[in-house]
This record gives sequence, C-alpha cells and structure tokens, in this order.
Amino acid sequence: MKGLHVARLGLARGGIELRQLFTYWQDLAPSLVLPAIQIVVLLVMRGHHVPGTSFSLGSLTLPSVIGMSFAFGGLLGVVGLLVVDKDDGVLLRAKATPDGMTAYVIGKITVASATTLIGLVITLVIGLAAFPGVRVTVPGLATLTWVAVLGLLATIPLGITLGSLLPNPRYLPLVMLPFGGISAVSGIFYPITHLAGWLQAIGQLFPMYWLGLGMRAALLPPHLASVEIDGSWRLPQVFLALALWSLLGLATAPPVLRRMARRESGARVAERRERAILRRA
Amino acid sequence: MSDIAAEVRDLRMRYGAVDVLDGIDFDIRTGEVVALLGPNGAGKTTTIEILEGFRARSAGRVTVLGTDPEHGGEPWRARLGVVLQSWRDHAKWRVRELLHHLGAYYARYATAEISRPWDTAELIELVGLTGQAGSRVGNLSGGQRRRLDVAIGIVGRPELLFLDEPTAGFDPRARREFHELVHRLTDTEQATVLLTTHDLAEAEKLADRVLILAGGQIIADGSPDELALRLSAQAEVRWTIDGQRFVHPTDEATSFTRTLFAQYGEALEDLEVRRANLEDTYMALVREYEQ
Repeated sequence: MKGLHVARLGLARGGIELRQLFTYWQDLAPSLVLPAIQIVVLLVMRGHHVPGTSFSLGSLTLPSVIGMSFAFGGLLGVVGLLVVDKDDGVLLRAKATPDGMTAYVIGKITVASATTLIGLVITLVIGLAAFPGVRVTVPGLATLTWVAVLGLLATIPLGITLGSLLPNPRYLPLVMLPFGGISAVSGIFYPITHLAGWLQAIGQLFPMYWLGLGMRAALLPPHLASVEIDGSWRLPQVFLALALWSLLGLATAPPVLRRMARRESGARVAERRERAILRRA
Repeated sequence: MSDIAAEVRDLRMRYGAVDVLDGIDFDIRTGEVVALLGPNGAGKTTTIEILEGFRARSAGRVTVLGTDPEHGGEPWRARLGVVLQSWRDHAKWRVRELLHHLGAYYARYATAEISRPWDTAELIELVGLTGQAGSRVGNLSGGQRRRLDVAIGIVGRPELLFLDEPTAGFDPRARREFHELVHRLTDTEQATVLLTTHDLAEAEKLADRVLILAGGQIIADGSPDELALRLSAQAEVRWTIDGQRFVHPTDEATSFTRTLFAQYGEALEDLEVRRANLEDTYMALVREYEQ
C-alpha cells in the first residue's frame, strides 16, 4: 500500500524530529520560554477577579492561553519550521527523494501536533493544580477533544500555506507581528465583551478567539459564560468558525506547497545561502 | 534497460532576455560517466537541474530514463541519485539515522534486478564514515559532509547519478578517495553518471566522455584523449645533456626523439614527452570560442 508506506515514513520522520527536540535542550528552551512567562503572568492574575464575579481572572485566562497556544504551535510553529527547512535545503532533499514531499509534510504535521498537545497537557496539569475553578468533566473532556482536533486542523494547514509563501526567515516578523494584535482582540487575557464592538468583530474573524472560547467552555464552570458575547459559550459557532478556517487551510495548503516545491532547486538554495552569508557579513 | 540513459535535443533556457542554454544536444549512454565542463555561468548547473527535474526548461526535448523530467513521477525519481553543489540539511540528524531513514523511501521501488535501498552499514563503510556513523550531521567536517551527500545520493542505488561539483573544497586525499568511490560505483554497480567539475584532472580521471559547455552551447564532445588529439598533435619534448635542460615543441614527437637518440646516444638524460592534456585542450577550446 503506497499511502500506508508514505504515512509510515512521515510518522517516522516526525518521531525522529520530536526525539531530537527533546534531546537537545538548546532547541527546546526557546519554545519553553513563552509558556513559562505565560504561567507566571497567570499566577499574578490569580489574585484579580473577573469583573462582576468572584472568579479568579487567572483561572479564566488559563484555558484561553491553551487556545492561543494552538495558534502559536500549530500556525506560527509550522511557519517557522517550514521557512527554516526551506533555507537549509531540507525541502529540496525531500523533493529529491521519492515520496519525500508527502512524508515531509506528514512529519511536520506530526511534530506540530505533538508539541502543541504536549503543551496543552502541561498547561492543563498546572491549571488543575494551581488555578481554582479550572476543572475537567466528562462533557468538558469531549469538548476539549473536538476543539483540540479542529484547532490543529484550523492552524497547521494554514501554517503550511503561510510558510510556503514566505521567501526566507527574515520575513517571519511579517507573520509574527499580526499575532500580537490578534491576541489583543481575541479575548485571551481579558473578556472580549469589555472591548469596543468593532474590535470584538475583528477578534471574531480569527481562529484564536474561537479556540480560546472553546477551551473556556471545556474547562470552566458554566456560569462563567456570562462574561462572553451573548452570555454563552456558543459552541456551534466555535465549531463552524474553526471548521471554516480548517477548510481554508486544507484548500490552500496543497497547491501553495506544490507551487513552492516545484520552484525549489539547488541554485535557489545556494542563492539564499549566499544572501544569508552576506547579511551576516 | 535502454542503451540511452538521457537524451537532450535542442535544449534552450532563457532567463529574461538572456539565453543561458542556446540549443544544446547530447546523449548519455547507459553505464557511461560523462563530465560537463565549462566556465562559470556557462549553464552547467542549469543543464543538470533540468535533467534532475528541478527546473523547467524554456524549449527543447529532454528524456531521462525514458521520461520527460518535467513529468517524472515518484517511481522515476526513485531511479535517480542527486548530489547538489552544497547541502546543509538535516544538521541535527545522526549519520546512520539519516541514511537509514532516507533509504527507506526507496524500498518500495526495488525491482527484480535492483535491490533498494543500500544496506546502511555497508554504505557508511563504502563512503568511509564508519567512525562518524553516530555523529550529528552538523558536526561533520566539510569532506565528511560531502561523502555523506554522496552516500545519500546513492542510497537508492540510482541508475543515473548526478554529481554537481562533487569534490569542490576537498583536500587531495579526500579527492582521491572520492575518485575511487566513483570508480567502484561505475565498475560494480554499472551506474551511469553525469558530473560537473572545474577540476580538469578529475574529469580526465573519471569521465568516459567530456562535454564542454561555453556561451550556452556545447563546443566539444568526446573522450578526453580524443579531445586532446583533435585539438593538437603537438607535444613538448624535454631533455638534459651535460646537466643542461632543453625544451622543444614539436608535431612529430616520435621522430624527433629518434633523432635525439641518434645524435646524443648515452649523453641524453631525463627525456620527457608531454602531450597536451585535457586542461590544455580546455583552455584552448574556451579561448578559441571566446574570440
């Protein structure tokens, strides 16, 4: 079976790269800094209350941060991996190998999913231990599962599309900067209902808001829905919004990736390397 | 297997207003080692990348292992080996791990005649990296990295191997070892090889046939000996008499030395006859073309 053979190669690839990630702490350290800062911020926010309730703001924010981590790990993470691999010629190597591109993509999806889910579990464990009000119920776990699956689908393919479009790592800020703005209007660190209406509208355009909302629905007591838009977790809308973003990503990623791969050649990789050397000089 | 591994007819490549390849024709026969020579910017890498299927040509007909490279699928890809000018991928992988992983892609393309992939340990030994098998790729020296690139290029036992300036940056010993490796591949594996190089001694040593590319055209095509003979029958004769050194260029080296022997007999010492080598031929051809 061809498909099975390629899937196995991709999973093996992802497995090896994951092991490398956890073997070399220098590589892992940068991806731990942000979550560590987040946890510290959340611990500080623990003493504050969600406006109009006695619920800890830190506990409200923890699930939102889990939602945001999908956008970071799934989208930004994949963009970074792809751009760096393009620069190093990993993609060209994949192109020179039979079935290499397909296995490469499966490998990247494996790495991005695994790191995002590992981050989710760690944050969740900290949340359950140190943040009163954060809890896991059976229906909550079901919600958590489908939001996580859709979250990966909504972010990873989009990350592949954006990563294919970026010519080199110097353009990474072009994708990273809007993230700050989007997280500010996505109700991650403060209830979105306290923002101006037009900002709420912008926030709801992007998957980050819906990921945060879905995670809050999964991990917080029902009465906290009162600080959300319409006073509800709006799970059908969460599903719809994330599904639409998934479709967008799944529809754009294959052709954009194929176009990028078609243009890869030894001369292009060498050209980029020369430019990188010039930049350093 | 067909007798012709690759066929190129009227190949043209145009970047903007510049014709990098201006209608080139050549064949590579199965089992042959062909060296593509030429000045920088002559289109060597472009040609090889078109044949590898990495670059779309502007015009002309190209067939590699019976397939147009622009439409070559994965089974076609599995029959090729590619060693580019410079690789720096997979720096975090270990040598054995990377070769084993990349070899696995070829397993489903094995045929009754060709078992794929190469056994990892055997391949590592073949390229002389046994001591580095457990090292991270990023920690290899330049020469070791290049040998790994060659190992990756041949891990699927390619029927046609592309080597783009394989020994650039090698020290003389690494170069000699690499040449022995290529000889072993072509002798025991019957691989067909297309290589580009700036080292004319290397081309002379490895290639059955040499193509010289200049100004987007092939200006010479033949075995190193044929090219040297075609260009010039002239040789340089050097000798010593009573400690004095003499040099004489001649078209008739054999009869000239016969005269020398007749004239000086025992007094003639340190006799040398030097024919034009590939480097002389190359320089002359390129100079001729440029005028």
